[in-house]
Amino acid sequence: MKVAAKGGWLPLLQPILAVAAGLAAGLAVAGLAGESPWHVLKILARSAFGSPYDLGMSLFYATPLIFTGLAVALPLKAGLFNIGAEGQLTLGALAAAAVGALFPAVPWPWAPLLAGLAAFAAGAFWGFIPGWLRVRRGSHEVINTIMLNFIAAGLASWVTLYLLKNPASQNPETRDLGAGYAIAKLHVFGDAPVSSALFLALLAAAAVWVFLWKTVAGFEVRAVGENDVAARKAGIRDGRARILVMVLAGGLAGLVGIGEVLGNAGRFRLGFSPDFGFIGIAVALLARGRPEGVVAAGLLFGALHKGSADLDLETENVTRDLSLILQALVILSVSADGLWDWLKKRRTAP
Amino acid sequence: MSLDFAMWEQMAGSTLRVSTPLLFAVLGGLLCERAGVVNIALEGLMLVGAFAAVAAALATGSPWTGAAAGAAAGLVFAAIYALMVVRLRANQIVAGTAINMLAAGVTPFLCKILYDSSGASPNLPLDSRFAIAPVWFAWILVVACWSWLHYTPSGLWVRFAGENPEALDTAGVSVNRVRWLAVIASGAIAGLGGASLSIFLSSSFTRNMTAGRGFMALAALIFGKWKPIPAAAACLLFGFADAAQIRLQGVTLWGEQSVPVQFIQILPYLLTVLVLAGVVGKSRSPKSLGLPFHRG
Repeated sequence: MKVAAKGGWLPLLQPILAVAAGLAAGLAVAGLAGESPWHVLKILARSAFGSPYDLGMSLFYATPLIFTGLAVALPLKAGLFNIGAEGQLTLGALAAAAVGALFPAVPWPWAPLLAGLAAFAAGAFWGFIPGWLRVRRGSHEVINTIMLNFIAAGLASWVTLYLLKNPASQNPETRDLGAGYAIAKLHVFGDAPVSSALFLALLAAAAVWVFLWKTVAGFEVRAVGENDVAARKAGIRDGRARILVMVLAGGLAGLVGIGEVLGNAGRFRLGFSPDFGFIGIAVALLARGRPEGVVAAGLLFGALHKGSADLDLETENVTRDLSLILQALVILSVSADGLWDWLKKRRTAP
Repeated sequence: MSLDFAMWEQMAGSTLRVSTPLLFAVLGGLLCERAGVVNIALEGLMLVGAFAAVAAALATGSPWTGAAAGAAAGLVFAAIYALMVVRLRANQIVAGTAINMLAAGVTPFLCKILYDSSGASPNLPLDSRFAIAPVWFAWILVVACWSWLHYTPSGLWVRFAGENPEALDTAGVSVNRVRWLAVIASGAIAGLGGASLSIFLSSSFTRNMTAGRGFMALAALIFGKWKPIPAAAACLLFGFADAAQIRLQGVTLWGEQSVPVQFIQILPYLLTVLVLAGVVGKSRSPKSLGLPFHRG
């Protein structure tokens, strides 16, 4: 997974080529389904950027993807694979909604802060478990995070249906938040539910960057990821660094709850996430684990998610599932290390 | 409600039925992981198997061609996976995730083209479905897999590819060829698991119908310590939990309190976390699981 040369053309060119290859293959698939690829591309672009509302929706989807992208990218720096962002964001959103439903009287500046802290803490706890299990019990974080996703889904379903059920609603959702919990919407985007959570996501990306490259703890994390034996010899407590990144990653994923619960729904809706946690893996990979790349990739995949939403209506044979296919193809092309090595060799050999 | 004999008999029957797709998937996963390749793509392999099986059974009217098509679809997707991880040395977790996404996208996409609905296929008539055959077949496969792994040279190669690939290489057997074949075979078996879900347990394909069963099979594989017989037993246990939660829906036990089915649903995953952590027994993965093999 390492980029051989720091700087140089490869780090930037590879993700761009991967997106181009994924998009080309995806449009070819649409062509096979009997739609003109050009037509599909036009619908994608118009539906993602065509009006302030469309642009707002793209940003609305990009917000959680930046959080989950960071939640995958940060542990990658310490050599850990966090497949658990989905569970972490579920519990984060649930915690924010629970605080809002149980303490509806909290006034404005404190209410979102309280709910945000609850979201971070719940996600962080769900990240701590696999981090601790990996370090202290030696069990693999990939398996544990997959399992914890299902456990989180079960817990969220139980809390939503049994403890905090909204009596006024037929849908599986919690009671409404107090009025003080709503966060500012960005009205330039019409009715799109894009809120100040977007700025929080950008801030989070900046914070991760500062953490990784400007703090001692961040340096230790990177050292552990590059070579844990050497890091240990140098006196770095590698276990602590691993647990720390999983806690932070879980917290970041938990913050998805702010945009969804405080900025959009006003309650926790069971199954609100269309696999944001898993798309976050694609975001982090495309970003090659860099926070600024996560922002770019998050915006791209947010636009793709919104863009494909109109395919159901506007084409005969192509459905919104095309976005899943595109994402999968992008992941496959960006992760084929052997292919990139081969390309690089051909470039340097003659 | 009384817990009488008829009810237990019914529970046993539905446990055997609902654990069948898991059994296939767990055997597929076992083959792949014992050869040293992580398989979190089981979910996607099952899903394409489920779709292809329905499509073929609808087209030909025979469940057997359906099963064959399911296996073939799983095989094709596993071949993509093998190309990625064995040949192009992609990270196995990443490629597995991508295969799952691809399957989740491709199946409703094709469903829309073939049947003009991305949500579900038309229903299969009764005679294009299996009545009981997959259950027998799954258990025969469990025994076959166990004896093959333990008593044949090729079974030994698979185990060495996962435990000590260098030794296998020294003995003159190509590690990557063994892994290729193991991954592809694993896809075919997982595809059969998907087929048993769509043309045996249900009568149509519905969007994302595997609903996490591939991951549950992964849990069973770990809970069964990567061994065929214990893994099959884990499938029965998880199948029983599944049957029980359907059975217990709306049943009141203590006073007016109904049983939250969520606690039964999360049980397999919770057990897996505990067993991996060594709290309940200890489960150890094949030594070279997840590590690409480089000669040299």
